[in-house]
Amino acid sequence: MGSDLSNGNVLECSDIRKTFGDFVAVDGVGFHIGAGETYGLLGPNGAGKTTTISIIAGLLERDGGTVLIAGEAMDPEATAAKRHVGLVPQDLAIYPDLDARENLRFFGRLYGLRGSELDHRVDEVLDIIELRDRANDRSDEYSGGMKRRLNIGIGLLHHPTLLILDEPTVGVDPQSRNAILESVERLGEEGMAVLYTTHYMEEAERLCDRIGIIDHGTIKAEGTQRDLVQLVGQRDRVRLVATGNLAAGSAALGELPGIDDAAVTAQGIDLIVENAHDELPEILSVASRTGVSVGGVDVDTANLEAVFLHLTGRALRE
Amino acid sequence: METAWTIATKDLKERLRDRSAYIVGIVAPLAMALIFGFALNPLKNYEFSATYAVVDLDQSEVSRLFIDDVLRAAPGVEVLQLATTEEGMALVDKEVNPFAEPEGTSADALFIIPPEFGTDVQSEREVELQVVGNQSAQSNAGIAVALARGYAGELTSVRVTVATIETLLQKEVDRFSTGLAVLSTPYPATLTDVTADTKQLDGTTFYAAGMAIFFLFFTVQFGITSLLEERHNGTLARLLAAPISKSSILAGKAISAFLIGIVSVAVLMVTTTLVLEADWGNPLGVALLVLAAVISAMGIVALVSSYSRTAEQAATMASMAGVILGFLGGTFFDVAQAGGLIASLRFVSPHAWFMQGLADLSAGDLGVVFLPVVVMLAFGLVTGSVGLVGLRRGMRP
Repeated sequence: MGSDLSNGNVLECSDIRKTFGDFVAVDGVGFHIGAGETYGLLGPNGAGKTTTISIIAGLLERDGGTVLIAGEAMDPEATAAKRHVGLVPQDLAIYPDLDARENLRFFGRLYGLRGSELDHRVDEVLDIIELRDRANDRSDEYSGGMKRRLNIGIGLLHHPTLLILDEPTVGVDPQSRNAILESVERLGEEGMAVLYTTHYMEEAERLCDRIGIIDHGTIKAEGTQRDLVQLVGQRDRVRLVATGNLAAGSAALGELPGIDDAAVTAQGIDLIVENAHDELPEILSVASRTGVSVGGVDVDTANLEAVFLHLTGRALRE
Repeated sequence: METAWTIATKDLKERLRDRSAYIVGIVAPLAMALIFGFALNPLKNYEFSATYAVVDLDQSEVSRLFIDDVLRAAPGVEVLQLATTEEGMALVDKEVNPFAEPEGTSADALFIIPPEFGTDVQSEREVELQVVGNQSAQSNAGIAVALARGYAGELTSVRVTVATIETLLQKEVDRFSTGLAVLSTPYPATLTDVTADTKQLDGTTFYAAGMAIFFLFFTVQFGITSLLEERHNGTLARLLAAPISKSSILAGKAISAFLIGIVSVAVLMVTTTLVLEADWGNPLGVALLVLAAVISAMGIVALVSSYSRTAEQAATMASMAGVILGFLGGTFFDVAQAGGLIASLRFVSPHAWFMQGLADLSAGDLGVVFLPVVVMLAFGLVTGSVGLVGLRRGMRP
């Protein structure tokens, strides 16, 4: 599938606007996704995620702004741009009277796959979604997780340049959910650009290279998880359960770059650090040199939930 | 077009696995046609038979002629001649003879020819002929009355003719022989009823055709309303996200609706022809009528669906439209017989044009289907165009 990725971006959208009557659903949203990058659109229900991806997928007419997929302008009639996109809708979008193979073959034909190429690709996707042995069973006989996997498989079938997953794990059991997240991780590693919307913070943290926090139709902040955490001044907390010369240890640790605060407590030493993951080896080394015996370490990293609360004033699942 | 076929093939595959499609498309109309054909259609292969008792108290040449040339000459009529009025009443009146039910001991009506009947007929006096009907055989008793009235009508015309002859000749003639001569004179003009007798479907074909078009409005729903089903199931979002046009999606739905409609009618036609000996008429004419009927049904269902939010709502509205138009169009009974406004109003229904087209085809050449076909196509194209615009506008995830 040919695509223009001269600037490295699979998706470029800017200033997208959409209103329904008096209701402004999307108000100037813009972001980009590079090849192999997984971008998370994080927001609560009603934030504008689904409207945004519906416009990006060419399902909805936008009132303003631009959307380019692999250099092709997207709109509801843009068949060239649509060839680059694989859509996995939030709700199951499969035909229950057809089996998995028939579902895949039907959508494959709509994307122009024919003959042996179609057969080969259907088999490949059945392997990816682990439904090869149930391929000829009607999909209304599948478990919820199997239906979800088929739902994703249809989006992957034509080797899209950009895969859009709209809350793909809603209502899925933990085992299937983990399988879906692993599949998305693999796709990103294989070079596919992924736009992933969710209101599960832990999914965004696990999968996404960059995250856009959307609320009331606008992107409130964007960047890596670390960028976002730092943007709002969130810090990690490290608790050393320790004995020995706690006062000297605390003083020495407080002098380290990246450590904002160090205090002696009844159990040991509490530290406020910029990045616990990066600083921890040095913290343990300094503690040891200053006569502190560390019996245990607790780390509380700053998370997107706190960031989201800070940016929007409400919890992610509201 | 290839995309439309892909969508239509998928839809047909889904329908083939949906038992309700078989029930609505084939089983229900076939069952209804069979029920009507077998149970409610006694007129097919019907042979009239009646037993009339006669008490001839006159015993004249005129009364003998009435018994032989009027009663016995009527097809299917068996005449029992009795000597007395009491014997005759015993055959038709349960109050007179409540136990007279064994076979051969009852009659559908009793004719009592009074004394002086022959003399009265040949004079200008009032003639009396009594008919006593059996309450258990009201239809055949009614036919007996009709036979008597017919005889009275003939008698009046013969009397007028004989009186005219006497006036012209200025003398009395032998009224009996002159009357016989008048009766044997052929009518100067004959009336051939081409509207009622020849341009009517036989009962079996009528009900088979009626059920075919009645249920057609249900079967084509499977194609048209599946667009709304796709929206409900979320698959419409996938179709809209695919690199295909909205028109090809609509075309796919239209193709599947058309094929489902054609197949359901064809199955009904073949089955009723083989099982019920229905006579559908000239195959080419019938094919044109069925084609036009399917398109008109698709158009109306598309129009109704364009005003619906869900497939269930569309199915309900389309079914209501189908039932109202079906009754109005005379699929269950011939509303043309009702006359007046309703007989004219029926032509707002494509069902009426289909039934009329088949009836005309049964008596005429292929050209008679032209008007019904054109009208049904117009129904389909006008309603379908408006409906498709509405459905296209409503195509959103």
